Amino acid sequence: MSEYIILSIFLFLGAFIAAAATVTGLLLGYRTKNSKNKMAPYECGMETIGNARIQFKVGYYLFALLFLVFDIEALFLFPVMANFKEIMAGNSPLSPSIVVIDLVIFMAILVSGLAYAWKKGILKWE
Amino acid sequence: MFVPSITHPVGDFIREWVPKLSAYLPEQLQSQTLDSIAAFLINALLCIIAVCAVNIGSAPILIYMERKVCAHVQCRLGPMRLGWHGTLQTIADVIKMLFKEVYSPSGADKLMFYVAPMIVLIAPFIIAALIPFDHNLIVADIDMGIPMIIAVNGFGVLGILLGGWSSNNKYSLLGALRSGAQMISYEISFAMILLFVVMISGSTSLMDIAQAQDGTVLDWFIFKIPVLGFIAFILFFISSTAEMNRAPFDIAEAEQELTGGYHTEYNGTPFAMFYLAEYIALVTNSALAATCFLGGFHAPCIGVAAIDGYLQMVPGVVWLFAKIYFMIWCYMMVRWTFVRPRVDQLMDFEWKFLLPVNLVLLAAGAVWMIFVG
Repeated sequence: MSEYIILSIFLFLGAFIAAAATVTGLLLGYRTKNSKNKMAPYECGMETIGNARIQFKVGYYLFALLFLVFDIEALFLFPVMANFKEIMAGNSPLSPSIVVIDLVIFMAILVSGLAYAWKKGILKWE
Repeated sequence: MFVPSITHPVGDFIREWVPKLSAYLPEQLQSQTLDSIAAFLINALLCIIAVCAVNIGSAPILIYMERKVCAHVQCRLGPMRLGWHGTLQTIADVIKMLFKEVYSPSGADKLMFYVAPMIVLIAPFIIAALIPFDHNLIVADIDMGIPMIIAVNGFGVLGILLGGWSSNNKYSLLGALRSGAQMISYEISFAMILLFVVMISGSTSLMDIAQAQDGTVLDWFIFKIPVLGFIAFILFFISSTAEMNRAPFDIAEAEQELTGGYHTEYNGTPFAMFYLAEYIALVTNSALAATCFLGGFHAPCIGVAAIDGYLQMVPGVVWLFAKIYFMIWCYMMVRWTFVRPRVDQLMDFEWKFLLPVNLVLLAAGAVWMIFVG
């Protein structure tokens, strides 16, 4: 348990260092008067047209959805893989052959999902 | 084999001395719970100082190293003026960075603009706390080490997306969305390779993974499974390069297309924080590669007792840092030798090549485990 307490301290440590650096920069930093040109968003010499918060291409979200599927798959595989050695050595109540068959079925569903996405053209970047 | 005689030298020392010191306190304040809390706090403080020193101290060294490696790859000398061979150049740069003006552009979401660098810095700090530096030198030895690393790694994406979105700049937004798509895509193969490592070692704790590679060089996971281990190492190298947004996979900040990517609008210390996070991530990813494939803190023993004895006299921290810096050197050489792929080539490479190869590798590893291991 104490390990997780230390980890939670570290969670705030990084944020704290960044905050401290920002405050230092604000205090020590050189100041110039705010002008329209200084505060304008960077554009290569031109004036920016419109707002940057625009509706964006749906392709990115499809990749995010696929990522969710595969990341959760990896998460589900972790407990099996951590005990894979033990199960195969017969040191566990689970039968090795059933575990292997289950794994094959699980992977087959995922691979077919990837194949489906591929066929549908989601993986094509435009 | 080298067996440590004391399990937690520093922690036990503090746990022993705190009760002795508290005997001098007034009687009302003396209690065992207070002692244990004090010992825990002192230990935690030492951990924090150590990890901060390693993380923040390595950034200037790495920036200097990167500039030198880059220069020598391109037949230049790199920084030479300040100090011996320009060694003081980074310190001068840090001081310059501190005195730069910090401001956000008009139309930026001020709160999110300043929160983004904080979020980016969280992930590498937590990962640094999980790396075993020696037999008894680890900040948090948790059972869920590898899943924790995968979970925390996803955190950096949030900071980058926030930073890009809040700047109110189209280059920033494009860079942030690109790097978001890239990082989440390569995170899958990153997780799959770690899954492979977990399968060989039979544990998700990083300490156990490092301990499982005890022995000669051939016991390191890169060589333990013939061919497959090496392929896994190469795949880990590729996907972690993409995870860190480093060249050749730095389309997020492709200077020629997007000026600076998600940190176009950042200046002064918040910009330095993005840089710091990038270099700490380089250290932690190299440490992860060293722990998972190159034997962690173990000496590169070759099976000859006379030589191994000398090799094992060197502390594990030194070996780990030697491996970390070797990995960093590899990352830098890759950065300055390969050209950047296009964004569609990058995504195709992950989804149509790396991911299928990873699945096949996992299956082949399982077959190897069943029949040989």
